[in-house]
Amino acid sequence: MSAPSSYWRKTSRLTAWLLLIWVVLTFGVTWFARELNEYSFFGFPFGFYFAAQGILLCYLGIIVHYSRRMRDLDAEHASEIDPE
Amino acid sequence: MLSSLTRLQRYYLYYTAIFLLFVVVLAALEQAGMPARWVGYAFLVFTVSMYATIGVFSRTTDVSEYYVAGRRVPAFFNGMATGADWMSAASFMGLAGTLYLQGFQGLAYVIGWTGGFVLVALLLAPYLRRFGQYTIPDFLSARYGGNTIRLIAVFAAILASFVYVVAQIYGVGVITSRFVSLQFEVGVFVGLAGILVCSFLGGMRAVTWTQVAQYLILIVAYITPVAILSYNVTGVPVPQMVYGQVLSEVSKLEEKLFDSPTELEVRDRYRERADQYAQKIMQLPHSLTQERERLSIQINELKSSDVQMREIVLLERQRRELPQDPAQARERWEKEMYEALARSKPPLRHAEPFPGDSEAERNAQRINFLALIFCLTIGTAALPHVLMRYYTTPTVAQARQSVFWSLLFIIILYVTAPAYAVFAKFEVLSNLAGIPIAKLPGWVAAWAKVGLVSIEDINGDGIMQFAELSLNPDVIVLATPEIAGMPYVVSGLVAAGALAAALSTADGLLLTITSALSHDVYYRVFRPQSSTQFRLVIAKSLLLVVAVLAATVAAQKPGTILSMVAWAFSIAGSAFFPALVLGIFWARATRAGAITGMLVGLSLTVYYILRLEFGGYSWLGFSDGPLNPWFHLQSTSAGVFGILAGFVTNIAVSLMTRPSPQAAEFLERIRRPGGREESP
Repeated sequence: MSAPSSYWRKTSRLTAWLLLIWVVLTFGVTWFARELNEYSFFGFPFGFYFAAQGILLCYLGIIVHYSRRMRDLDAEHASEIDPE
Repeated sequence: MLSSLTRLQRYYLYYTAIFLLFVVVLAALEQAGMPARWVGYAFLVFTVSMYATIGVFSRTTDVSEYYVAGRRVPAFFNGMATGADWMSAASFMGLAGTLYLQGFQGLAYVIGWTGGFVLVALLLAPYLRRFGQYTIPDFLSARYGGNTIRLIAVFAAILASFVYVVAQIYGVGVITSRFVSLQFEVGVFVGLAGILVCSFLGGMRAVTWTQVAQYLILIVAYITPVAILSYNVTGVPVPQMVYGQVLSEVSKLEEKLFDSPTELEVRDRYRERADQYAQKIMQLPHSLTQERERLSIQINELKSSDVQMREIVLLERQRRELPQDPAQARERWEKEMYEALARSKPPLRHAEPFPGDSEAERNAQRINFLALIFCLTIGTAALPHVLMRYYTTPTVAQARQSVFWSLLFIIILYVTAPAYAVFAKFEVLSNLAGIPIAKLPGWVAAWAKVGLVSIEDINGDGIMQFAELSLNPDVIVLATPEIAGMPYVVSGLVAAGALAAALSTADGLLLTITSALSHDVYYRVFRPQSSTQFRLVIAKSLLLVVAVLAATVAAQKPGTILSMVAWAFSIAGSAFFPALVLGIFWARATRAGAITGMLVGLSLTVYYILRLEFGGYSWLGFSDGPLNPWFHLQSTSAGVFGILAGFVTNIAVSLMTRPSPQAAEFLERIRRPGGREESP
C-alpha cells in the first residue's frame, strides 16, 4: 500500500477534528442540560434552547466549515486530479 | 432580480406563487360559502395533479436518469428533495405531539434526526458521490468484493425500508379519511396512485422534482398555522423566536397547577384505580368469575325492579365485553393498570431535562436520552433512501454543499416543532385546565369524536383537570388551526402538507427497494448480460409490484407497524454504518470482517427488539412475556448494541483475515481530490 497522500492526510485530520466537536456538542453539552437550564437565554432556559435550536445551528456551522475547507483543499491539490 | 435566478429556480418560484394563489382563492371561496368538504377535495385534487404533471414531464427511458436522475441535480434542489425525502408523516404530524407529551425528552428526536446529517456530510456523502454508482449495496460490493455482501445489504435495505413505506401509505390513508372523509381503504389506494404518478414513469428523476415541489408545500403548511397562533398569543408571527417567553409562562402555570388540591385528588383516584387492577390481576382467575357474577347479580336485580331497559342493556354489554379467559384478562387489565399508573404520576415539567424522583432515575433518563440520540443519528446516516440522494449531484463539491442545504431545509421544520408543542401546552394549561367540561372549546369535542382527544371526569366534579385529559400525538399539528380559530382552508393546507410529507418519503423508499431488487439482485447477481432497456422494464414492473404490496399491507391497518418505523433506524444503523465508515476510513477492513460485522450487528438489533417487544415465542428462546432491558434501554434504542457490536466484530474479524487486494485501488480512487468537472 502506498503512503497516504498529503490531500488525504489533511482531509482525515479535518474530519477527525470536526467529528470530535460534533461528539462534544451532541453528547457532552447535552449531558449537562439540567445544569445549563439554570441560565436564561432570550427567555428560554439555556439547556432547553441549546437542545431545541442552538445545537442545530452548530451542526450547520460544522457542515459549512467542512464544505469550505474541502473546496479550498481541492483547489490546492487541483494538479493531482487526473483526467478520467 | 428574477433574471439572476436559474431557470429551475424560476420554475419553482412560479409554482409556489400558483400554489399560494390557489390557497387564497380557496379561502375566498370558503368565505363565500363553499362547504368544508369541497375545500378538502380541492386540495387533494390540486396537489396530486401538480405532482402528476411533474411526474409525467420527467418520464425517462435512460437507466442513469431512472436510478440517479442523470446526476444533474444542483446542490440546492437536491437539498430540498432530501428534506422532503427525509421528513415523513411522522415528522410532520407526530413530532410536535411527542414534544408536547415528553417535553425536553422529546428533543432527542430533534437532535438525533439533524445530527445524523453531520455524519453524512463528513463521513459518507462525498465518498459515495466520488464512487458514483447507483446504490448502497453497489458501494459495499465494490469496496469489499463479491456478491454475498451485496445480498446482505439488499436484505437490510429492504427490511428497513419496507415497514417504513407501509407506514407512509398508512399515513396517507389516515389523512385522506380524516380531511376528505374518504373511506380508509380508498384513501390508501388514492395514496398508492399518488405515489405511482411520481415515480413510475420517471424513477429518481421524477421523484426528485416532485419532492422539491412537495417540500415547498409541506413547509408552507407546517409554518402557517403556528405563525398565526403565535401572532394571536404574542403579537409576533415568528414562533421559533418568541416561544421562549411562552415557555416560561407554561412553567409558571405548571408550578401553579400541578400541585393544586384538585389535581392531586385526580391523581389519587388514578392510583386507586391502578391498585384495584393490580389486585384483580393477582386474584386471577377467581377475580374474573367474581366480576361476571357481580354483573349478573346486578342485572337480575335490575330486571326484577322497574328500571329502564337502557341501563340493563348497558350492563349486559359490560358483561359481554368482559375478557374471555384469564390470559386475556391479564393482558387487558395490565394495560389498564399501566395507563392508570402513568396518569397517577405528577406530570412532566415541559422544560425540565431528565426528570426523575431520585438521582438514579434521572441518570437512567439521561442515558436513554443520549442512547436514543446515538441510534437516531447513526440510523439517519445509514438509511439507504437518504444516502442514495447524494449520488444525484453533478460533482463531489456539490454533494458536500447539498448536505448543507438538506440540513437547512430540515431544520426549518425541526425548530418549529417545539414551538407547536409549547403553544399547544400553553393553550391547554391556560384555556382548558380548570374549565367546566360542558364549556370546553369546540375543537376539543370535534377531535374527541374522532378518538384523538379523550376526557374522563374521574373525580366527578364536572371540571376538567389537566390529568383527566389525554391527547393523541397527531392531534397537536392537526388541531392547531382550530385552536387559533382559523378557517377550514388552513386545516386543508395542513392536510395537503401532511400528504406531501408522506408521499415524498414513500417515493424515496419505494425507489430504494426497487433499485435494490432490480439493479442489485436482478442485474448484478442474476443477469449481468441483460440489456439496459430490459433492466428498466424490470425496474418499473418491480416498482408497481412493491407499491401494490405495500398498499395492501397498509390497508390491513397493522397496528404494530407504526411503532416498527422507529426500529428502522436501529436496523439500518447497525447493518450499514460500521461497514460503510470502516470501508472508507480504514484500509485494513476486509470482506469477512464486513460480512460478519453486518450480520452480527443486524441480528443483535433484531434480537433486542424482539426480546423487549414480544414475549411468548418459546421457539426463539423467549418465555413468559417481554424480558428485562439491558442497562434500562428501551427498544427504540436497540441499535446501540447492534452498532457497537457491528464495529467490534468488523474490526476483530478484519484483523484476523488477510486484507483484500482490491481495497487499496478502490480507496485510492475515492480518496482523491475532486475537481470541478468530474465525469460520472
